[in-house]
Amino acid sequence: MSAAAAPTPVRKLRVATVSLGGCFGCHMSLLDIDERLFELIEKVEFDRSPLTDIKTVGPCDIGLVEGGLCNAENVEVLRAFRAHCKVLVAVGACAITGGLPALRNHLDVGDILQSVYARVPDDPELPLPLNRVLPIHEVVQIDVALPGCPPPADAFWQLLQDLIAGRAPQHLPGLIRYD
Amino acid sequence: MNDAALAAAGTVLARWRQDPHALVQILRETQALTHWLPRPLLAHIARALGLTSAQVEGVAGFYRFFHTRPSGRVRVLFSDNITDRMLGSEALLARLCARLGVAPGETDAAGRFSVDRCSCTGLCDQGPALLVDHHHVVTRLDASRVDALADLLLAEAPPDAWPAEWFRVDDGVQRADVLLQGLAADAPALAGVLRRAPQALLDDVAQSRLRGRGGAGFPAARKWQACRDAPGPLRCVVCNADEGEPGTFKDRVLLSAHADAVFDGMTVAARAVGAQQGFVYLRGEYRYLLPQLEAVLARRRAQGLLGRDAGGVAGFDFDIAIHVGAGAYVCGEESALIESLEGRRGTPRIRPPFPVQAGYLGRPTVVNNVETFCAVAHIARRGGAWWAGIGTAESSGTKIHSVSGDCARPGLYEYPLGTTIARILEDCGAPRAQAVQVGGPSGACVPASEFGRAIAFEDVPSAGAFMVFDGSRDLFEVARHFARFFAHESCGLCTPCRVGTELVVRRLDKLAHARGAGRGSAFDIERLHELDTLLHGGTHCGLGASACNPLRDTLAHFGRAYVQRSTADHFEPDVDLDAELSSARRVTGRTDAGAHLHTEQTP
Repeated sequence: MSAAAAPTPVRKLRVATVSLGGCFGCHMSLLDIDERLFELIEKVEFDRSPLTDIKTVGPCDIGLVEGGLCNAENVEVLRAFRAHCKVLVAVGACAITGGLPALRNHLDVGDILQSVYARVPDDPELPLPLNRVLPIHEVVQIDVALPGCPPPADAFWQLLQDLIAGRAPQHLPGLIRYD
Repeated sequence: MNDAALAAAGTVLARWRQDPHALVQILRETQALTHWLPRPLLAHIARALGLTSAQVEGVAGFYRFFHTRPSGRVRVLFSDNITDRMLGSEALLARLCARLGVAPGETDAAGRFSVDRCSCTGLCDQGPALLVDHHHVVTRLDASRVDALADLLLAEAPPDAWPAEWFRVDDGVQRADVLLQGLAADAPALAGVLRRAPQALLDDVAQSRLRGRGGAGFPAARKWQACRDAPGPLRCVVCNADEGEPGTFKDRVLLSAHADAVFDGMTVAARAVGAQQGFVYLRGEYRYLLPQLEAVLARRRAQGLLGRDAGGVAGFDFDIAIHVGAGAYVCGEESALIESLEGRRGTPRIRPPFPVQAGYLGRPTVVNNVETFCAVAHIARRGGAWWAGIGTAESSGTKIHSVSGDCARPGLYEYPLGTTIARILEDCGAPRAQAVQVGGPSGACVPASEFGRAIAFEDVPSAGAFMVFDGSRDLFEVARHFARFFAHESCGLCTPCRVGTELVVRRLDKLAHARGAGRGSAFDIERLHELDTLLHGGTHCGLGASACNPLRDTLAHFGRAYVQRSTADHFEPDVDLDAELSSARRVTGRTDAGAHLHTEQTP
C-alpha cells in the first residue's frame, strides 16, 4: 500500500449473536468459516455473543438469532435484540420454524414439568417455559431469514458479505437447498 | 367391529367384485350402511382388495365425507358457502345445535345425530341448505324449519319420514337460451348422429369453436383430437360433474332436467374419439341425483343408446357408469378426478402426460364439463357453424350463470358469451351491487367500476358462478371466508398450497381481530401480497394457484377494507404471550413479575 493514500478508517459494523432455544449448532457453523474469521474481524466487532461473553446487547448493526422461543427469557432477549439491531436475522431451522424443540408442542408443558420433576421448581430466577415453542417471527419483525440446520458456513459468509457491503442479502440456491 | 359391519362391507365388496379401483365407491357404500369407517373395517377392506391398510386409510382420511371416527346415525351438514351465510346459515346452525345440545362438529352422546358444516351444496338460489346423510338435501331453511328439524332428530324420525316439501329442489331457470330450452321435439335422433363418421363429428365440434365450460376454456375439439390420435386400444370419456366451485349450480340443473342431452354429448364424444367406457364423476353433494340419473341410463340402455352397438352403430360399444365423489373440491381438477376414479386420494397428477394421452388406467381420456357435453348434444344436431354464430370471436355459444347472493331473482341465467356483467345484474335485480364474484372463489371478484366488462374467455372468463354482493357486504370478510375454504380443500400435496393457504387464513384472522384487537398493521398486508405472489407461482396445480384470487382481487379493489383493519403502526405479535405461560404458572404456582409477559412490543 502506498504511503500517499492512507485509507480512511471505516467504522466496523457491530454484530450481536445469540442462541435462544437452539443447540449452538448454527454458531458452530458460523465458526466453520475458518480462516475467513480473520477477514471478518477486520470489518466487524462483536457485541453480545457467546464469542465475547458480553451479557447484554447494545446498539448493533446486525443481530443473528439462533433458536426458537422456548421460555419467557427467550422472549425478553429477542425483544432486546429487536430493539437494538438494525437488521435482525433469523438463523437456522429453529429460529425460523421452532425446529426440534417444537416437537413438544403437542404436549402440555405443565404435564411435562410434572413428569420430569418430582417437585416442580418455583424459583423466580428460572424462566417459565412457554406453552408452545414459537418461531421468532411470531413475536418480532424479522428482516432476513437464513435457512438450514445448520446453515452452511458459506451461507453465513455470503450473508455477512452482503450485509457488510450494504446489499440486500441474496440467498444463493446452492447454499440453501437441502433436498 | 361387529359382524353386521363386516357383512355390510362383504356385500359391497362383492358388488364391486373386489376391484381396488372402486375403493372410493366401496368406502362410500359401506359407510352408508355402517355410518362410519372404523379402522378394523378399513383393514378388512384393504385385505379383500389386496391393498395395504395405509392405502385404504389414506383414501378414507382424504375425503371429507368419509368418517374415521364415530358419527351420528343421522348426519346433518350445513352448506357453508358465503351465500348460505348471507342468508343466515350460521345463526340457524347455532339454533339447531342449541336445541339438540351439541356443538358443530359433534355427535350427541346417544349417537343419534351429528351436526357439522360442508362446502357449498350448489343450492345457493334456494338456501340456506343442508345435506342429510349425504343423500338428502333440505332447502330454504328458516327458524321454524330448523325447530321442526330439531324435534324430528330428537324423536329419531328417519329422514324418509320428514316433510317432503323440505327436500324440494327447484331448477330455478330465470333465463333460458339454447341449452336450458333443451333439445327441440323434432331434433334429429341420436342414432342418426352416431351413424356419421367419427371424424365428421369431431370436425363439427372443431367448427363450433366450443371451449370447455369447466373454467379453463380449452378447445374441446383439440382435446378430442389428441385423445383420438393417442395410441392404445381403449379410451375413456369422463363427464366432470364435480361441481365444487362454491356458488355454481348450473350442472345440478342440467343433470336434473337435461340428463339425456348430457349423456348424448358423452356418447357423441365417445363415438368421435373411439371410447368404450364413460364415467360421470358426480360430486358427493349431488348424491341425491343418483337414482334419477341411474334410471335415465337404464332407459337409454333399454333404448339401445348404450351398450353393444350403441345407437345401432355396428362395433360402437359404449356404456356409462356413475362414480360418486365424497366431498373433495380438488377432484374437480381433471387429473385429481381421474385419481379418484381409480380409487385413490384426489391428488392432481404431474402433467405431461395429459389425460388425453394417459388418463383413466393409463388410457387416453377426455374429461369435459357437464355443460360442455350438453352443448355437444346440440352442436352434433345443429352443426358447428350454428354454435360458432353465437357469442364472440374467442368465445362461441352460450354460457349458463348460477346467480346468487344479493339480488331479487337468483337462479340460472343463460346468455350468449360476451354478455356484460351489468346486463346480468339488471336482469337478476341487483341495483345495489358493489361486486360480483364471477366464476366462484377461484375466479374473479369484479368491482362495480368494471361491471361493463363482458363474460367471455377474452374478458372475464367464468366457470358459471355469479355471486352478487351489495353495499352492505364486507368484501374483506368474503375473502376471508374463501380463504378458509381453500385452506380446508387443499389436497396437502405441495407445501406452497398446504401451508400457504393456512398462512393466508391466519394473517386474515389477525386483521379480523380473531385473537385480539389492534394487532394488524401494514406489515401484515405486505405479507399477504407476498403470499399471493408465492401461491400464484409456486403450487403444484391450478387450484392452488387460484387459491389467492379472492385475496388478490379484494386487495386490489377493496384495499380500504384491509387498511381499516391495520391499526397498529408497527408489527405486533398475533400470539397472547402471557397466556403462553399459563401451563407453567399452573404447575409452579408462580405469580411474580417474571411469570408474566406483555404481548405488545412496547407495553
